[in-house]
Amino acid sequence: MTTLRADRRFSWLRSVIAVYAKDWHSELRTRYAISALLMFVVTTIAIIMFSLGSEDAPPEVLSGMLWVVVFFGAMSGLARTFVMEEERGTSMTLQLLTGPSAVYFGKLLFNLVLVFGLNSVTVVLYLLLINGFVVKTVSIFLVTLILGSIGFAAAATIIAAIIARASTKGTLYPVLSFPILLPLLLTVINATRMAGEGAAFSEAYGEFQLLISYIVVVIAASTVVFDYVWKD
Amino acid sequence: MALRILLGLWLAVVIVLGLGLPMVAEPQHWYDLPIVPGLEEKARIIFFHVPTAWLSVVGFVAALVYGIRYLRSRSIEDDSRSAASAGLGFLFCLLATVTGAIWAKSSWGTYWNWDPRETSIFVLLLIYGAYFALRSAVEVEEKRASLAAVYAVIAGVTMPFFVFIMPRVIASLHPEPILNAQGKIHMNTAMLLVFLASLAGFTGLYYWMWKVYVKVEQLRRRIQQPTGG
Amino acid sequence: MNESVHIKASGLKKVFNGRTIFSDISFLLTPGQTLLVTGRNGSGKSTLVKILCGLLTPTAGSVDRGGGPRRSEAALLAEIGLVAPYLQMYDEFSAVENMRSALAMRGLKPAAYDIDVVLQRVGLYARRADDVRTYSSGMKQRMKFAFALIHSPSILFLDEPMANLDSEGMEMVRGVMREQRSKGMLVVATNEVNDVDTFDQKVNLDDAARR
Repeated sequence: MTTLRADRRFSWLRSVIAVYAKDWHSELRTRYAISALLMFVVTTIAIIMFSLGSEDAPPEVLSGMLWVVVFFGAMSGLARTFVMEEERGTSMTLQLLTGPSAVYFGKLLFNLVLVFGLNSVTVVLYLLLINGFVVKTVSIFLVTLILGSIGFAAAATIIAAIIARASTKGTLYPVLSFPILLPLLLTVINATRMAGEGAAFSEAYGEFQLLISYIVVVIAASTVVFDYVWKD
Repeated sequence: MALRILLGLWLAVVIVLGLGLPMVAEPQHWYDLPIVPGLEEKARIIFFHVPTAWLSVVGFVAALVYGIRYLRSRSIEDDSRSAASAGLGFLFCLLATVTGAIWAKSSWGTYWNWDPRETSIFVLLLIYGAYFALRSAVEVEEKRASLAAVYAVIAGVTMPFFVFIMPRVIASLHPEPILNAQGKIHMNTAMLLVFLASLAGFTGLYYWMWKVYVKVEQLRRRIQQPTGG
Repeated sequence: MNESVHIKASGLKKVFNGRTIFSDISFLLTPGQTLLVTGRNGSGKSTLVKILCGLLTPTAGSVDRGGGPRRSEAALLAEIGLVAPYLQMYDEFSAVENMRSALAMRGLKPAAYDIDVVLQRVGLYARRADDVRTYSSGMKQRMKFAFALIHSPSILFLDEPMANLDSEGMEMVRGVMREQRSKGMLVVATNEVNDVDTFDQKVNLDDAARR
């Protein structure tokens, strides 16, 4: 058979984007996951609303609760990218097509997009529906959201890769993720509380430093160990 | 064989001394232990609590080191060593949590305070729990070993963050840090000796149990391989 | 064909959960040669193929696929094509989408490859825009051939290539097998082959297990 004798150079970046794009188009086509995730966020926030009733919970509690919703949203959605490949038997196909690093970064990119989308909806709904949750220093809150989301995606992706190869995936995911995400959670909850109290942006530098180092460390460690998770 | 007996004797002596040496306000004899104000007799728990906490960390670090060794060597022996370390670390972590809670009750009146040390030991407990939940969810030996090792690595790199986070969190959530006499126990020579002896003894116990654990795994593997493949 | 690519297997051994599937498998396959892997069901034919493809790591021994120094792993993968029952396509996409996506994931530019011609070759041109989900098992098998051939791999691995195919399909496979010699190397794992002697080398895993 004939093939055009054209550009046959191999590009790692193209690989990464293609892995991401494949997941993205797959989600668009089936659309089950996105709608379920959104419903999950809406339901969780509704539960919180009804539990609080007309009571006003203290701001620290509300800061924490926001990230609880984010955590469980992440647990519902971020494992999908790896678990789907396992369940459908396409993991092997992917292994045949490209090396582990492209798979890892492609899936990380997908989870980044997913977590940003999910968290945006969560935060908007939370701000609208939960009385008593105020953000005084918007800059702190925004930076915390961005860094926190990246951190969530980073940790959740490598753990997702791990549990995709295990049997009791669903329940295992939060169990493995929680201790790993705890440093991140404590930091973002703290920073959110600071934003609620109207702290100056510079007071949150320590938190931001922590978040950035967490992200770097987790992604660096993931790139090293991913091979061992991915390859049989 | 002789070492085992020696270890047993050593620990027996430590326990007897730890529980038996008199605690007096003004230590006069070389074997007198000082009274810690507020704790009195209950201070004896330091001989047992600190070693268990120490060993729960040792267990984790050892599990991590042997896990990494497995990833490079692909020898299932290394995985056995890793799992054994984690198993013992888990056991000592449970003991540390319990003895810590007992100590907390006697020092501050409540069993659990979420202060930095208690929170750290709790997180370690969670990690151990997660580690074994993962191990029991993978059937294929080689995959189980790889995944467990990888999780240990990920846990290992995120744990240090607690060191930096604790001070910030405590300052915000606990405006009145509960100071305790823990760091302020002045040990005289006798107490220090018993303490160190206990530390050494329990470490020896850990090491011995670990070796037994690994050997049992080795034998189990050999039994299940009649062809000796 | 890529002259620097070869398959050198040295002392391959695979142990699963303490059970040795095979051990001490060695051979050297050079461009233009073909290898046949036979053995009863469960003897490890597919396991060996997976190891040779790089999908599975051997317990002992190594596979060297040549390809020159310092070539990235993914670039080496682009030299391999695999057709196997355990290889799944993304069935929410059409044949064409699968091919384009696969090429892109391999790091190659989809536009530089003639997807339509390959689909014609395997007899799927008419259904190229339909989701693979709607294909019959025979068509899925043809799809796998298109998937494996689009990037003209130097090494083609066929694990039970005739499965689910009608006589037309089988003829297509024989044609592919004949052509692969001039493109590189061919490895076939199956018990159902009539012209055994046309293969340059053979590995029988039943013999290997008895050792």
